[in-house]
Amino acid sequence: MGDLTLPDIDYGALAPMLILFGAACLGVLVEAIVPRARRHGVQLTLALLSLVAALVVVIVERNTRIVTIGGAVAIDGPSIFLQGSILLLGIVSLLLIGERSIEAGGAFVSQAAVTVGSQKDLRQVGSAGGATEVYPLTVFSLGGMLLFVAANDLLTMFVALEVLSLPLYLLCALARRRRLLSQEAALKYFLLGSYASAFFLFGVALLYGYSGAVDLAAIHTAVADPSRSEVLLFGGLALVAIGLLFKSAAAPFHVWTPDVYQGAPTPVTALMAACTKVAAFGALLRVLYVAFDGVRWDFQPVLGAVAVLTMLVGAILAVTQTDMKRLLAYSSIANAGYLLVGVLALNKEGLSGTMFYLVAYGFSVLAAFGIVSLVRDSEGEATHLSRWAGLGRRSPILAGLFSFLLLAFAGIPLTSGFTAKFAVFGAAVDGGQTWLVIVGVITSMLLAFPYLRVVVLMWLSEPGETTPAVSVPGFLTSAALAIGVIATFALGVIPAPLLDLTNDAANFVR
Amino acid sequence: MSDFPFLSVLTLLPLVGAVVVAFLPRTRPGQAKYVALGFSLAVLVLSIVMWVAFNVGGERFQFRESYQWIPTWDARFTFAADGIALVMLVLIAILIPVVLLASWNDVDESQRSVPAYFALLLLLESTMIGVFAAADVFLFYVFFEVMLVPMYFLIGSFGGPRRQYAAVKFFLYSLVGGLFMLAAVIGLWVVGGHTFDWQALVQASGSFETDTARWLFLGFFVAFAIKAPFFPFHTWLPDAGAAAPVGASALLVGVLDKVGTFGILRYCLPMFPEASRWFAPAALILGVIGILYAALLAVGQNDLKRLVSYTSIAHFGFIGIGIFAFTTQAGTGSVLYMVNHGLATGLLFLVVGMFVARRGSALVSDFGGAGKLVPVLAGLLFFAGLASLALPGTAPFVSEFLVLIGTFSTHKAYAVIATAGIILAAAYVLWMVQRTTQGTLNPALAEAPEMRKDITLREKIVVAPLVLLLLVLGFYPKPVTDVINPAVEATMQDVGTTDPAPTAVANGRVAR
Repeated sequence: MGDLTLPDIDYGALAPMLILFGAACLGVLVEAIVPRARRHGVQLTLALLSLVAALVVVIVERNTRIVTIGGAVAIDGPSIFLQGSILLLGIVSLLLIGERSIEAGGAFVSQAAVTVGSQKDLRQVGSAGGATEVYPLTVFSLGGMLLFVAANDLLTMFVALEVLSLPLYLLCALARRRRLLSQEAALKYFLLGSYASAFFLFGVALLYGYSGAVDLAAIHTAVADPSRSEVLLFGGLALVAIGLLFKSAAAPFHVWTPDVYQGAPTPVTALMAACTKVAAFGALLRVLYVAFDGVRWDFQPVLGAVAVLTMLVGAILAVTQTDMKRLLAYSSIANAGYLLVGVLALNKEGLSGTMFYLVAYGFSVLAAFGIVSLVRDSEGEATHLSRWAGLGRRSPILAGLFSFLLLAFAGIPLTSGFTAKFAVFGAAVDGGQTWLVIVGVITSMLLAFPYLRVVVLMWLSEPGETTPAVSVPGFLTSAALAIGVIATFALGVIPAPLLDLTNDAANFVR
Repeated sequence: MSDFPFLSVLTLLPLVGAVVVAFLPRTRPGQAKYVALGFSLAVLVLSIVMWVAFNVGGERFQFRESYQWIPTWDARFTFAADGIALVMLVLIAILIPVVLLASWNDVDESQRSVPAYFALLLLLESTMIGVFAAADVFLFYVFFEVMLVPMYFLIGSFGGPRRQYAAVKFFLYSLVGGLFMLAAVIGLWVVGGHTFDWQALVQASGSFETDTARWLFLGFFVAFAIKAPFFPFHTWLPDAGAAAPVGASALLVGVLDKVGTFGILRYCLPMFPEASRWFAPAALILGVIGILYAALLAVGQNDLKRLVSYTSIAHFGFIGIGIFAFTTQAGTGSVLYMVNHGLATGLLFLVVGMFVARRGSALVSDFGGAGKLVPVLAGLLFFAGLASLALPGTAPFVSEFLVLIGTFSTHKAYAVIATAGIILAAAYVLWMVQRTTQGTLNPALAEAPEMRKDITLREKIVVAPLVLLLLVLGFYPKPVTDVINPAVEATMQDVGTTDPAPTAVANGRVAR
């Protein structure tokens, strides 16, 4: 028996994740101890506090550049920046999740296990209770995301992937209204997600066979050695990439996105569109930039084709949508394509631009889904596009905000959508990927049409008999909307501070 | 005095005005109107002071200001004006108060928000000034795109029957052009050494590869050709011009579309001189087709606003050939044309608007013999029409003549064909005037109570400055040409062409 040497652990660098996981466990205890009536307040406070505390730690640790616990976790510029982004976006999503004034009990069902349509189910529709388990689940998921972007070996990354995914599957099933749709979404997401995880794991196995290691630095070293099997290398890389592209909602691994975005409770959709995207792209960036830098010429055209397909699928199918949440889902797919353009620049500007894009898009999409959750009738949210006709007359402020967000998605200047697109496209041209930028520009033209159609519907159409009322947003949703819209505007007009931040952060440690 | 930050103040002042007006109560529309007018007059005064402060014999770019914006991309708030930009800025400053006054009663207070309408007009003014004042490609692009938003809502919310269709078409066309330009801007930024400064890019342009420069030229040119609009990118303009409220239409063709031709002069020619020369034959052919085709279509229109829109597409053909003829005469003529066309077509649109407001219809067939009811207005329509067909003595004549002789010295054939456009112009204007104001009185017209009211004092104030300027510049264009000339000469130097000596006129080819 040799001496068992424990790896060095930098607890300071790991603290954000530890705080979230600790708070999530505490949240489970709260479920058991605190009386039902007070749980919501306690859980929400606990979750928000833990996120704020983790954010503070991330800011304190902003200059840390270290690989810790035996090479499993890398705390470097990108992971600190992305962790901070996930936490910020997570706080805003939690505000949406915690909203209870729009509908008694919030957007979540109180007992998800009750059979849909049964007597018990009918009784609970009107009840004021709502599942408070969503808070620990959300915090677990966010903790997984923090680990996902910092994971420095593929096994840790896999564990993080599962930690972030499993709570999300559950969260998707918890909608208060249209529960069948919600459960279908959850099942679909779970099944396809499991496949993706399996692909990822199989890829890890192949890469282990290729390099004899799972940590990214060792794979990087192995890639430089030409004597090894290319089949294992590219097979492994392809399977790992499939797992990551699934989570990023890139075509052809996107098919779950519209169904899940539509079926999931809207605050959860917002969480997925903003935070999960950051996490997925964070991991993709790390894998490609740290481990597979040496074979960039081999994967660039393949992933380029994926990016082109993603942009085209997202843009073309967005044109045909008649449901607001599905429209935003396809828009989110197209945006995944633009993000991939930034990733494939494979230079420092690309890394920096992609991180900028993730933050900019995250805030806009959170605010957009926040507004979707407000347009409702007695049946719940009215997401069919025709129901939005004439909304500008009924509630000009809300319609104005939503139009602004749509202009941001369309990439009109003075919104973050423009600066973000410019950042990734500029980096890609710099990196020699002009063809991707041309496809990006063309799909932007296509995408402008569905966005514009919504603006026309809201402002230029007469309100119909069935135009739903817009709920008065509670404090939490108002705060989330305000943060999202202000960030969209501020990052469009004065992007320099955040760009400086992403530029400084754009260096991986190996 | 020249240290005063004219251009940024000029851009910001209407923006401040727009914000102020937007927050005025909807229940007191009069307040919003006067405040908006006040802001626009302040801009006018400032622009006149700037005109006086401009040193005609001085540097090409004056009133230069530059502030840090996005250091990562080297995008800056850089403003500077050459003679071409200066005359356009003053034109905007003149047209806006005129349009505000002309639109005084256009908005139905019970249906629509009056403050919103006037705020949008001021916002449009701010972005238009920004476009002409920017000397940083990124800043230019930002204004170029943002300009769409107020115009979109002006057409879409306050326009006529087909406003939705027209607004969406306008927005999509412009956005498509803008995105082509975005691709070109990004490309330019990369090959130009990661800067957006106009001067630095022009200096760097010598080292661009030929193919790259041609693609970049094309990106910019398509955007500008859609904006201008040149044939075959023009189909949005008649729809937008017909559906927009007249004030917005006057601004749309009077100023907004000039951004296209201005952009070609300021960005395409100096930055991609070789590509400009290479594409010039194509651009000339498009220009000539535009002149004839749009004029023919104008003859056949039954809607007054569509008719005026088509005439301006024809006029943009003239501006286009003047630019791509690459002679100082034709270039000066083109820029002068941009100003005069803004005045003449602006006037024509506003007068047509006065008719439409009285009759409640823009169809030519709904008029007939209107001169018997409203003689002064009918006379004004006649005058505006004559100015628009470039009758000697009105300002457009000078510019059209300059364009034609300037083009003739290098491209005889195009100049000769384009001259046919003048005849067609006479046809569409005179026929339109005849069918609306002369002949026997349309009985339905006599029954419209509003048609008995001839021009009001407000309308007189609206048309007076435009009529006056058209006449003054028709007889004495020197103050304007003096400002334009050095800038055009510098642009032609950037392109690398020299004016042919008079004896070489017979040559008939592009001077290379």
